[in-house]
Amino acid sequence: MYVVANICVLLLLFTHAFFERKKALPHLTNRIRMVHDYQLTDLSLFTEARYTRHPSMADLNTAFQDHPLSLEHFPSGSLVNPPRHLTKNGLD
Amino acid sequence: MAWIEKQRNILDFALSSLLRRWGKNLALVVVYTLIVFILASIFFLTHSIKKEASIVLQGSPEIVVQRIIAGRHDLVPEGYMDEIRNIPGVLAVNGRLWGYYFEPATGANYTMVVTDASRGKVGAINVGTGVARVAGVQKEDTIPFKSSDGTYISLEVADVFPHDSELIASDLIEISEEDFRKLFAIPKGTFIDLTLRVRNKNELNVIADKIRRYLPDIRPILRDEILRTYEAIFDWRGGLLVDIFTGAILAFAIFAWDKASSLSFEEKKEIGILKAVGWETSEVITMKSWEGSIISLSSFLLGVILAYIHVFFGSFFLFTSVLKGWSILYPHFKLIPYVDPYQICALFFLTVAPYTAATIIPSWRAATIEPDSVMRL
Repeated sequence: MYVVANICVLLLLFTHAFFERKKALPHLTNRIRMVHDYQLTDLSLFTEARYTRHPSMADLNTAFQDHPLSLEHFPSGSLVNPPRHLTKNGLD
Repeated sequence: MAWIEKQRNILDFALSSLLRRWGKNLALVVVYTLIVFILASIFFLTHSIKKEASIVLQGSPEIVVQRIIAGRHDLVPEGYMDEIRNIPGVLAVNGRLWGYYFEPATGANYTMVVTDASRGKVGAINVGTGVARVAGVQKEDTIPFKSSDGTYISLEVADVFPHDSELIASDLIEISEEDFRKLFAIPKGTFIDLTLRVRNKNELNVIADKIRRYLPDIRPILRDEILRTYEAIFDWRGGLLVDIFTGAILAFAIFAWDKASSLSFEEKKEIGILKAVGWETSEVITMKSWEGSIISLSSFLLGVILAYIHVFFGSFFLFTSVLKGWSILYPHFKLIPYVDPYQICALFFLTVAPYTAATIIPSWRAATIEPDSVMRL
């Protein structure tokens, strides 16, 4: 009974997810339009350093901008992996 | 029918057996649920942010062009725009003006951006909800900004962006071109970087290669690379959160293995009695499998339910301090619940299957020895 009740609650939550996604569509459209009009490239999730605010615009040097051997000191720096294209791009 | 009836009876017995040792089993279910809860919370959070980033950033520029000098970004002269515009396939080139402003009074970093709409509106700014919150301003208030020559420029807040834009524009300040250039002493005829629109999306790589060839100090970034960046950032396999909880998962694995693989004296005696009253080895193993399945399945379901509530109803409050880092200005946003069935299945097979399997071997070992020798212990 307990397991069945749990499965029912889980199904209820997934139904909630489905309707929430439908409800969020107009907001998403607004956000896409804003990104397009303002020519934005990143989410404003980590505002503490420029390479965490705009990870897609950063290069490999920015994390060491204070000194060539300076260690990463922003907590987000340990959460944010370097963008994949940086490690592949010949220019960097 | 007989088979179902038999399984029902074994299941009934397994449940009563679990209830007899309720204290021990409850402790196991609590720890098990906690582990599933943490892992499922990470999965829900990272997948939803990744999914939203991939949808929202579809609107980002097709190609962004930066100028690199001595390994650092530099201003792009207007002349570069003409050279790039002459490359076949390039439809339009725009100069972007944007940068960061550190506000010493609050310790927050703002992102300033000049848009087509704000270009001519001198003296006015539109701010993100995060900026309004941190600076304590609303519509028609003024904010003083210290320019690069040390003088202060006061700009009036014309509007505050809607709350639903917080994930992309929380720290944003939309400013006029004249005020931006004055604030940061950016000479006329130069830009921070350029954005391109191309005629044929399949030619993006060819155009990027041509730009690199014609202007060797230029670094093009494609939209696809921007989107991939967010895939990499929140890749759960490389995340710090998972690294931290790997220790906890290993501790749980040892705990669960120890609990599941070594039977207590009472459990061995119980098996002995069952064998003595006529139970077969296969029936004992089935009973033990049911016990393992009940514990692991209920912990898994409860963990996933609590994780969903934590991330999508509780705004992932347990992870906020990790995500905030040192940021003074942090967006307040509600995630759209994107649930990845692959991750749920992976979590199921990583947690439920090993535990259930671990209970079978010791039960089989205990079930194959003679009942009288077990009962004589």
